Amino acid sequence: MRIGIDVGGTNTDAVVMDGKTVVATTKTPTTENITDGIVTALSAVVTESGLDVENLDGVMIGTTHFTNAMVERRRLEQTACIRLGLPATVCLPPLVDWPDDIADALGRHTYLGHGGHEFDGREISAFDRNEIRDIVDSIQSKGINAIAISSVFSPVNAEFEEQTAETVLEVMPEANITLSSTIGRIGLLERENAAVMNACLRSLAVSTVSGFKKALTEMNITAPFFISQNDGTLMNADFAADYPVLTFASGPTNSMRGAAFLSDLKDAIVVDVGGTTTDVGVLQQGFPRVAATAVSIGGVRTNFRMPDTLSIGLGGGSIVGQDPMTIGPQSVGFQLTEKAQVFGGDVLTATDIAVAGGRVVVGDKTLVSDLEANLVENVNQKIQEMVSVAVDRMKTSAALVPAVIVGGGSILVQDHIEGTSNILKPENYSVANAIGAAIAQVGGETDRVFSLAEMSRDEALAQAKNEATERAVSAGANADTIEIVDVEEVPLAYLPGNATRIMVKAVGDLAGGI
Amino acid sequence: MKSKITIDDVNALGIGAGILGTGGGGDPYLEGIQLRRELEKHGSQTLLDPQMIDENVLAVVVGMIGAPTAGIEKLREGTEIIRAVRLLERHLGQKFGAIVIAEIGGANSMGPLVTGLQAGVPTVDGDGMGRAFPELQMCSFLLQGDVTVAPLAMADAGVATAVIPKTKTAVWSERLARNLATSMGATAGLACMVMTGKQVKEYCVPYTVSLACRLGERVIQARAKNEDVSDVIARSLGGKVQLRGKITDVFRRTTRGWAQGNLTVESFSDSSVRLEINFQNEFLIAKENGNVVATVPDMICIVVEETGEPIPTERLYYGARVAVIVVPGAAVLKTSDALQVVGPRAFGYDIEFSPLPGDLPASGEILHD
Repeated sequence: MRIGIDVGGTNTDAVVMDGKTVVATTKTPTTENITDGIVTALSAVVTESGLDVENLDGVMIGTTHFTNAMVERRRLEQTACIRLGLPATVCLPPLVDWPDDIADALGRHTYLGHGGHEFDGREISAFDRNEIRDIVDSIQSKGINAIAISSVFSPVNAEFEEQTAETVLEVMPEANITLSSTIGRIGLLERENAAVMNACLRSLAVSTVSGFKKALTEMNITAPFFISQNDGTLMNADFAADYPVLTFASGPTNSMRGAAFLSDLKDAIVVDVGGTTTDVGVLQQGFPRVAATAVSIGGVRTNFRMPDTLSIGLGGGSIVGQDPMTIGPQSVGFQLTEKAQVFGGDVLTATDIAVAGGRVVVGDKTLVSDLEANLVENVNQKIQEMVSVAVDRMKTSAALVPAVIVGGGSILVQDHIEGTSNILKPENYSVANAIGAAIAQVGGETDRVFSLAEMSRDEALAQAKNEATERAVSAGANADTIEIVDVEEVPLAYLPGNATRIMVKAVGDLAGGI
Repeated sequence: MKSKITIDDVNALGIGAGILGTGGGGDPYLEGIQLRRELEKHGSQTLLDPQMIDENVLAVVVGMIGAPTAGIEKLREGTEIIRAVRLLERHLGQKFGAIVIAEIGGANSMGPLVTGLQAGVPTVDGDGMGRAFPELQMCSFLLQGDVTVAPLAMADAGVATAVIPKTKTAVWSERLARNLATSMGATAGLACMVMTGKQVKEYCVPYTVSLACRLGERVIQARAKNEDVSDVIARSLGGKVQLRGKITDVFRRTTRGWAQGNLTVESFSDSSVRLEINFQNEFLIAKENGNVVATVPDMICIVVEETGEPIPTERLYYGARVAVIVVPGAAVLKTSDALQVVGPRAFGYDIEFSPLPGDLPASGEILHD
């Protein structure tokens, strides 16, 4: 038995799954402190399923908390970025192409120092510890604790990033440091962006993950606990506290995988209508279609592999304006059950329109009975139009494809969308995300240096793929479902013997479960 | 054709130049940021019509030389090209009145616009390749023999600069400049091929800055209208979509200052159909199940299948869903003299050039249906 939990901006959903069977589901509002909402959701599903928590094999949590913080520029810590590469890289300094509001939120504390490597491993310039000490003094005097460190060609040689971190820790032993070489691939600007985002989210991540733990402790759950990452695989919770950026886009991945599971479709458009946003993605052969080029998060360019989704500001909590007529992107979010009119509040939301139009029964319909029929009809039409435009943008051809509608706000969408062959709202559609978390896959990675003087490249690749596959299997993946999802090679020209760094990731379904 | 480049053109130019880059010339994204910043300061950069250029003006060809794989890590210091230009001016004791783009493909379309802004000199609407090529001797300016690569000047990201006053041949200039560029970290600014306005007019591949902008604008429009973007690109340039599929292997090395390697694309519709593509900074040869379907100087472009976003060689990755588009090269590159320098044999492949039908559009406008 497994529990999947999805902590969204509006709702916290939980499901209990026994193999392929959904045993219990619940949806509760996300709470400000996160823990309470999770405890409420857990209590509900544990009671409903009659589950003995001793028998739990694992708890999987998916969360959009960190993505939302980035997109909404909330609770981001002031962060310094130290880049080593002078005299190169000056004309494109750290944060160079970031939207102003987010760069301002982080404080624009950017520093360039000497160091970095050439493509062949030579030093661009010598590492200068005194220069770094001066930078650290400046950072410390500003009272900043979050620090991202990048260095030119650090995926080839990370020594300068590591030496910089040592120097920082001598002066600021409590500093929260992210090294770009630990999270990214070749491409300095994108890798550094990810490191900076990670650093500014670290303190939020630490408190969030401890909130998760607290909730599980309160429920006396001792089963292993994982957090889902953007490729649909799981990571250990402590690792997630150190690398919150790895959860980016895990929400869409989970909802798409959940939709594939619930609908039994391999190829479809997935429309996930939440409280604040609607995410449209594409399932191809049962997997979320991955974006091919750089993906931006909150306007910041990264080189993560992420599902290709289109997000629009439409959800159950979207605020409806009347003169002129507007829908979203502002949302009452997790305060839907206090602020929406059908719940006695004074804010007109998309949910109120759906209730007034007779599309769904929630709250008290009489509280919206005085809404003009004209308004209800116009807003409803606009909502359908927003969805069909988004679906159309994600389609790869004019051919009609099925659409799977999931998420708590699915009630907003009618039973027909332009450009689709048919609409499916599978059972348990509203908790697809939590189901996606519960059926998350396990991955195995290998990342090491091969000498091509001793073996051919094909042999090295085959060996790396085997290692990754074996690791995925020993982490619990069913060998028959394993797929190689990522292969990356970095030639290390500075080492003798034609050395190359090969990174491979293999992913498979949990054995014995799904 | 366009008379100037403004900040609103940078996005379209980057897309168009990325497609014409056939994988090389560097990612226009990074250089685009620098171009935007310069345009914010200066307003716009004037484009010179190559047919109307003053025949006596002294012009210089500029660009970045090196391996794009190095360029996305060791980012620009920002003055590499302008320092090389100033050094060459001092060496010659003359000032340049026009900046010429060596290759329209990739980031090298942007650097010469930045240099023009920094120097206060217009940039010619045209280039020496109509695409991107890995080596200096492959420039159209050199085909008649009265323009030489040297004297040339180079600058690294920092303080080092160098002049090569004279070499025996263009290939020797390439060899020396390449070694210097490799020593400079496989990324350096270059100023070379000093010539008159008359020579620019006669030898350049004309109106390619305009063509790149128009192509980029068309791609943006096609995305907004949800057209088949890959197909739109192919038709706009008189080419065709050769294959749509997934990249199943990428092999690359940064050797002798180049990004070299090959990749395999497996067709979506029939996994037994595979394209194997060799590259040396740019895509050179495409073979479908062993049969040659396109070679230099015709163009092999790889774009994201759904969006038409060009993918440079340094950003190719396993699993990417792409369309491979083949496009006829510029007419000037396909004469028998030119083929000795830019044909498949010039790259070490024992393959005859069999041209795709047509030529790259030469008016600065894309083809319409």
